[in-house]
Amino acid sequence: MEFAELIKTPRVDNVVLHRPFYPAVEGTLCLTGHHLILSSRQDNTEELWLLHSNIDAIDKRFVGPLGTIIIKCKDFRIIQLDIPGMEECLNIASSIEALSTLDSITLMYPFFYRPMFEVIEDGWHSFLPEQEFELYSSATSEWRLSYVNKEFAVCPSYPPIVIVPKSIDDEALRKVATFRHGGRFPVLSYYHKKNGMVIMRSGQPLTGTNGRRCKEDEKLINATLRAGKRGYIIDTRSLNVAQQARAKGGGFEQEAHYPQWRRIHKSIERYHILQESLIKLVEACNDQTHNMDRWLSKLEASNWLTHIKEILTTACLAAQCIDREGASILIHGTEGTDSTLQVTSLAQIILEPRSRTIRGFEALIEREWLQAGHPFQQRCAQSAYCNSKQKWESPVFLLFLDCVWQILRQFPCSFEFNENFLIMLFEHAYASQFGTFLGNNESERYFPTLEQILQVSG
Amino acid sequence: MEHIRTTKVEQVKLLDRFSTSNKSLTGTLYLTATHLLFIDSHQKETWILHHHIALVEKLALTTSGCPLVIQCKNFRIVHFIVPRERDCHDIYNSLLQLSKQAKYEDLYAFSYNPKQNDSERLRGWQLIDLAEEYKRMGVPNSNWQLSDANREYKICETYPRELYVPRIASKPIIVGSSKFRSKGRFPVLSYYHEHKEAAICRCSQPLSGFSARCLEDEHLLQAISKANPVNRYMYVMDTRPKLNAMANRAAGKGYENEDNYSNIRFQFVGIENIHVMRSSLQKLLEVNGTKGLSVSDFYSGLESSGWLRHIKAVMDAAIFLAKAITVESASVLVHCSDGWDRTSQVCSLGSLLLDSYYRTIKGFMVLIEKDWISFGHKFSERCGHLDGDPKEVSPVFTQFLECVWHLTEQFPQAFEFNEAFLVQIHEHIHSCQFGNFLGNCQKEREELKLKEKTYSLWPFLLDDQKKYLNPLYTSKSPKFTVLEPNTVSFNFKFWRNMYHQFDRTLHPRQSVFNIITNMNEQNKQLEKDIKDLESKIKQCKNKPTDGILTKELIHSVHPESPTLKTSLCFKEQTLLPVNHALRTIEGSNPADNRYSEYAEEFSKSEPGVVSLEYGVARMTC
Repeated sequence: MEFAELIKTPRVDNVVLHRPFYPAVEGTLCLTGHHLILSSRQDNTEELWLLHSNIDAIDKRFVGPLGTIIIKCKDFRIIQLDIPGMEECLNIASSIEALSTLDSITLMYPFFYRPMFEVIEDGWHSFLPEQEFELYSSATSEWRLSYVNKEFAVCPSYPPIVIVPKSIDDEALRKVATFRHGGRFPVLSYYHKKNGMVIMRSGQPLTGTNGRRCKEDEKLINATLRAGKRGYIIDTRSLNVAQQARAKGGGFEQEAHYPQWRRIHKSIERYHILQESLIKLVEACNDQTHNMDRWLSKLEASNWLTHIKEILTTACLAAQCIDREGASILIHGTEGTDSTLQVTSLAQIILEPRSRTIRGFEALIEREWLQAGHPFQQRCAQSAYCNSKQKWESPVFLLFLDCVWQILRQFPCSFEFNENFLIMLFEHAYASQFGTFLGNNESERYFPTLEQILQVSG
Repeated sequence: MEHIRTTKVEQVKLLDRFSTSNKSLTGTLYLTATHLLFIDSHQKETWILHHHIALVEKLALTTSGCPLVIQCKNFRIVHFIVPRERDCHDIYNSLLQLSKQAKYEDLYAFSYNPKQNDSERLRGWQLIDLAEEYKRMGVPNSNWQLSDANREYKICETYPRELYVPRIASKPIIVGSSKFRSKGRFPVLSYYHEHKEAAICRCSQPLSGFSARCLEDEHLLQAISKANPVNRYMYVMDTRPKLNAMANRAAGKGYENEDNYSNIRFQFVGIENIHVMRSSLQKLLEVNGTKGLSVSDFYSGLESSGWLRHIKAVMDAAIFLAKAITVESASVLVHCSDGWDRTSQVCSLGSLLLDSYYRTIKGFMVLIEKDWISFGHKFSERCGHLDGDPKEVSPVFTQFLECVWHLTEQFPQAFEFNEAFLVQIHEHIHSCQFGNFLGNCQKEREELKLKEKTYSLWPFLLDDQKKYLNPLYTSKSPKFTVLEPNTVSFNFKFWRNMYHQFDRTLHPRQSVFNIITNMNEQNKQLEKDIKDLESKIKQCKNKPTDGILTKELIHSVHPESPTLKTSLCFKEQTLLPVNHALRTIEGSNPADNRYSEYAEEFSKSEPGVVSLEYGVARMTC
């Protein structure tokens, strides 16, 4: 397919751009395969370069022959283009609409982007699991790298290499995978060097209504406990939700079969509930009435901060179990790709100073989000301005970044990076010239073509 | 002291206010003539000044003892459990007596002795000189003069003796106008903007009723607008909601009729009265005192308290005032009902936006002395210093401090002082330890002979100013750098460090301010080292045996000098030196500041784990 087919009018003159924080500017609007460009042609100062993939929703309005397109971006910006001529305006609008909703991943901008700067590091190989594992191997010999998922056959959403207890062989892992949602058998997420305690994560156990059990699964997670010690299982769903999951074949670890583990239920929301919360939050932020009571009640009604608090409390609980109680933990929700990752990654931010550095944070996102199979493409398909209401669209990663920001606010001297770094990551997760956040998991990213694409680099 | 029956009770428990697991400390409670003191088993002392106590409650007896809850005006709330009911009852009765004095002479300020002699005391009182301040503004000048009309408090008892009025306003006009204004508070100068030649004036409401008018008052307003050579019309800001102002007409008071006054533009700005503000703060404190508060309850409570709405209203009014002066060069007359609450808020905040002098430590003291103390904000009644009418108590000054705090948050480089300074001033408007805030007006203060019998707070704050300095302050900005705050709703936040200043478990936090201050200290030390070294090198060059000496010097200088490690904060390190001053029996001497305790808490080598157990409950957004 050629982009040209989608671009009905490639260029319109005398377009006026209105955007927040800048005065209005008149210039020429150009559409390319991936960008919407506006240039006033005066020292190139007032230019707008907007990725089509950053567009969340557009509105059209007409007053006589003057058309107005309001573009609402995934990074929450709202910009307005006044376009003379109804036909031009309609053409531009429909072109933008088509170009911003391309569904083939290989048509995305990262496949066309050529960096204008010198590439000093191959980002794709900066945070290899082998290197990350080396950081632990000096402290412990109880863990090993497993290549059981080399062909993505055991678990499609896991990376080819995972860290598991040394005493468990690959055959047992295959069996455990059949007992866990999406084949996501328990793997090591974090090793706390101070006391040797660990965070593991997985999908929910598939106990179903008749209480299925899996000896290998029990053996696997027990292998991480010291003699006579108990561990904690943190289920990110409420007990009620977890019980209901049994009807669909899911479930949770029964005390009888996991006597050395104490289960704690927290309730972190997922899916569209979060998306709706974000929509309400952004609406409250864009409220023009400047009325204090209205702002506070809208903020409250969005529930955004309630979600933040719930996630943070769960992460603190996990960190306390590890550091204060000296107990290892296993964390899972249903699939183990959303709330689970929020908790494991935040707990590491709390526990591990390295993850508060720029490089350490990049490594954390690589490990706990990209390789751990958070479905970025589904979750970040739309942002706060769309009404598609698809269940899989959800600002899970943004909530994580917001939680990090909250910790950053309380401990401003403990982070190497500032909030701009977090905002930058948010923007790239939703629309980017880099391939880092494309696809839903490692296996989808495993095209050879993607290998050539750069990684977002701090 | 006749009120004290029990001076010491052992085995008293102090409950953690926000702990859901009923954590507590056990210790001994002492009652002194001025303070309640609790010493826990770790020898940590909690001092509570009797004057700070707003409310003492004895709750129903429990199995572990008799609960005694003390709420303080500085937002401390302590919950003791006294093992024996009789002891509890004694302490309760004593505190009831001690916290509510009937006479000014029984207040702490009259017995407080910081060991200064009389001339030091006098110099302290002379530190802030308002005549000097008006001179700084540029008055008297060709349009404004000092009036002696109120020299003997004959025209208005609640005004100061020295008032500045338009030069063309004669004494009969002033007298006439004062008869037409509530409590005789006629229009006078509050701030003169030398650059724009415009003035902020203040007064009380006119006694206009439905139709009454007063030619002298009309003349006086005209004189004010004529005193502005740039712009002939002036704004009259009634800081009340229109409805309240209209209701006042029925009582023979009211607001200016635009038809009777030439060249005025009349404007309501809608700040609520003292009673609304009192109950708003009460609601706010109730919400925030809830254990295990959920995020949505916090926000709905914050909303229903209306507190931030009121703060925003005051701020908006001040911005309106500042704009009238800077954009239109128009003079503004501000009033409310009596002209000592909302008027003080708006005039002082407006001046603060206009003139960078008031954003310095000394200037802020001057501002409070001028617009609050001298113009008769009723500190004693509003703060409930004496056992009086509880309906007169209202957090009007607290709101002013909070507005200033919001400005310091939006303009972190514009203020010489920091948050601790504001909190400390708030502490002392209630402490009755210094004479500044006692009484309700200047006349009353003179009658109490405060300058002979008590001390002024300001010199003590100045002596300690290192603690109150904002390290980000850039003093080089010109005098008339106007602050233009943005009052979009989400710029207003709950002021955690004021309303939860004693609930330290609630917000474990690192302070960037402390680190920057510390870095500045280090830099100064290093610069000093450089100078020392340079002078030593010079000395060495003059001597023949230089080789040996320099070698020695290189070794001797560095072990003591602090190293710069601030950039690697995420590593385990000690962030701050702690100067934990020992407390004396005058527990709340001005040097006493819980900020140093904060500093201590977070200067401990930072744990790898960040405990957010309580911290997450209060999140700013």
